[in-house]
Amino acid sequence: MAEEVVLLDFWPSPFGMRSRIALAEKGIKYEHKEEDLRNKSALLLQMNPVHKKIPVLIHNGKPVCESLIQVQYIDEVWHDKAPLLPSDPYQKATARFWADYVDKKIRSFSFSFFIYELGGRVWKTKGEEQATAKKELIETLKLLEKELGDKPYFGGESLGYVDVAFIPFYSWFYALEKCGNFSIEAECPKLIAWAKRCMQKESVAKSLPDQQKVYDFILEMKKHFGNE
Amino acid sequence: MDEVKLFGFWASPFSRRVIWALKLKGVEYEYIEEDLPYNKSDLLLQYNPVHKKIPVLVHGGKPIAESLVILEYIDEVWPHNPLLPKDAYERSVARFWAKFIEEKTQPMWDFFRKFGEEQQKAIENNYEILRTIEEHGLGDKKFFGGDQIGIADLVFGMVIHMLAPMEEVVGYKFIKADSFPRLHAWVKHFSEHPVIKDNVPDYTKVVDFLKIRREFYRNSQQNS
Repeated sequence: MAEEVVLLDFWPSPFGMRSRIALAEKGIKYEHKEEDLRNKSALLLQMNPVHKKIPVLIHNGKPVCESLIQVQYIDEVWHDKAPLLPSDPYQKATARFWADYVDKKIRSFSFSFFIYELGGRVWKTKGEEQATAKKELIETLKLLEKELGDKPYFGGESLGYVDVAFIPFYSWFYALEKCGNFSIEAECPKLIAWAKRCMQKESVAKSLPDQQKVYDFILEMKKHFGNE
Repeated sequence: MDEVKLFGFWASPFSRRVIWALKLKGVEYEYIEEDLPYNKSDLLLQYNPVHKKIPVLVHGGKPIAESLVILEYIDEVWPHNPLLPKDAYERSVARFWAKFIEEKTQPMWDFFRKFGEEQQKAIENNYEILRTIEEHGLGDKKFFGGDQIGIADLVFGMVIHMLAPMEEVVGYKFIKADSFPRLHAWVKHFSEHPVIKDNVPDYTKVVDFLKIRREFYRNSQQNS
C-alpha cells in the first residue's frame, strides 16, 4: 500500500518545523499543505477538532496531533532510518525531559516577547516586563547550552529528539534579538555554534524559514494587532 | 535488581499516577514523602535541579523527573501490564489524551481556587473540557486505554482523589450520571480497580487539606 503522508502546517510555526525536520530526516515524501490560520480549512478542523491547530500529520487518512507526539510517531513508524530517540530507556527519558523543558520554557518566553499566542492576542512588552522576559529567556538558553555541553548535538553524535524539538526556535532568534535588543550569540555562543551545525543539515536547512522573513512576519503581526 | 525510589507528596496527583503505574506493574519501590512546599529535601533538589519538584523516580541512582516522562520510562523498563498500546497510531492517540488531560488539570482546579464571577467562568470551562474528554477522548471505551487502564487513565485519575474532594469543599459536582454518563461510568470502573482502590490518599484527609487551601485562596482574593 502506498503511504500517504500529509502535513497541515503554517510556515513560521516552530511546531510545524519539528515535523518537517523529522519527515526530512527519514526521507519521507509528503504533501505539505499551508494553512491560512485566519481561515482554517475544513480538513484541519476535521482532523484536529480538539485544538483546531497546526501542525497536523495525516498518515493514510489518520491524524496525529501535537508536534512532539508527531515526531515520536514518525520516529516509531519509520524506525529503520535516522533514529531520533535513543534506544536506552534512561537516555530516552532524558531526551523526553529536555524536549518537554523546551516546550515549557522557550515557547512561553520567546512568544511573550512580542506575541501572546500566534494568531491570537498580542501584548506589547514594555520596559520592566520585557527585561524580565529577556532575563528568563537567557537563563533558559544558558541551561540548554549547559545540557548540550561539548556534544555536537543534544542527541550526541547525530541529530536527535531534543535537537528537533529546539532548533526550530533558532529561526525566531533574529526577531527576538531585534525586539529585545540583545545578542543571543554574545550570551550563548556554544548554542549558536550548535544551531549553525544543525543548519548545515539539509533536513533542518530546508525546514526552517529565513530569519529575516520571520522578523518581517512578526512586524506585520504587531502592526496588524496594533502593537506599535 | 536496581533499586527504585519515588519522591512524592501524598496529595499530589502527579506523584499519585506514578504510584499507580508502579503498583499496576508490581514494581517494588521505596517511597519518600516530601514536606511541600517549604521544606523540600536536599536530595530532591539534587535529583531535580531544573524544576525542583516531585515526582522524581530514581532507578539505580539515576533520576527521572516529570510524571509523563516517568510513566513512559516505567512502561519501557517494566513492559508487562502495558500502559501504552503497541500500535504506533494508537500510542499517539494515548499520548495526545494524556497530554491534553495533563494540560487541563490545573485550569480545571480554578473552580476551587476562584470565587464569584471568575469561579462561574471556571465552572463553565470545566464543562467544556469534560465534554471534550468524554466525547473525543473516552468515547465508548471502558478506559481511555481500552479494556485495560492506560496512561491517559492514570492522568485523568486525578478526578477521583483531587477533583472529587474539591467538589465536596466547594459544594459543586461535575461528573454526574446525567451530565457525563460515560465519564461517570469511567469513575466507577477506575475507582473500583483493585490496584487503584488500595492506593488512593485518605479522602477525609484530602478534604481537610483542601479546606485549608480554600480559605487561603479566599483570603488571598480578599487581600488583593
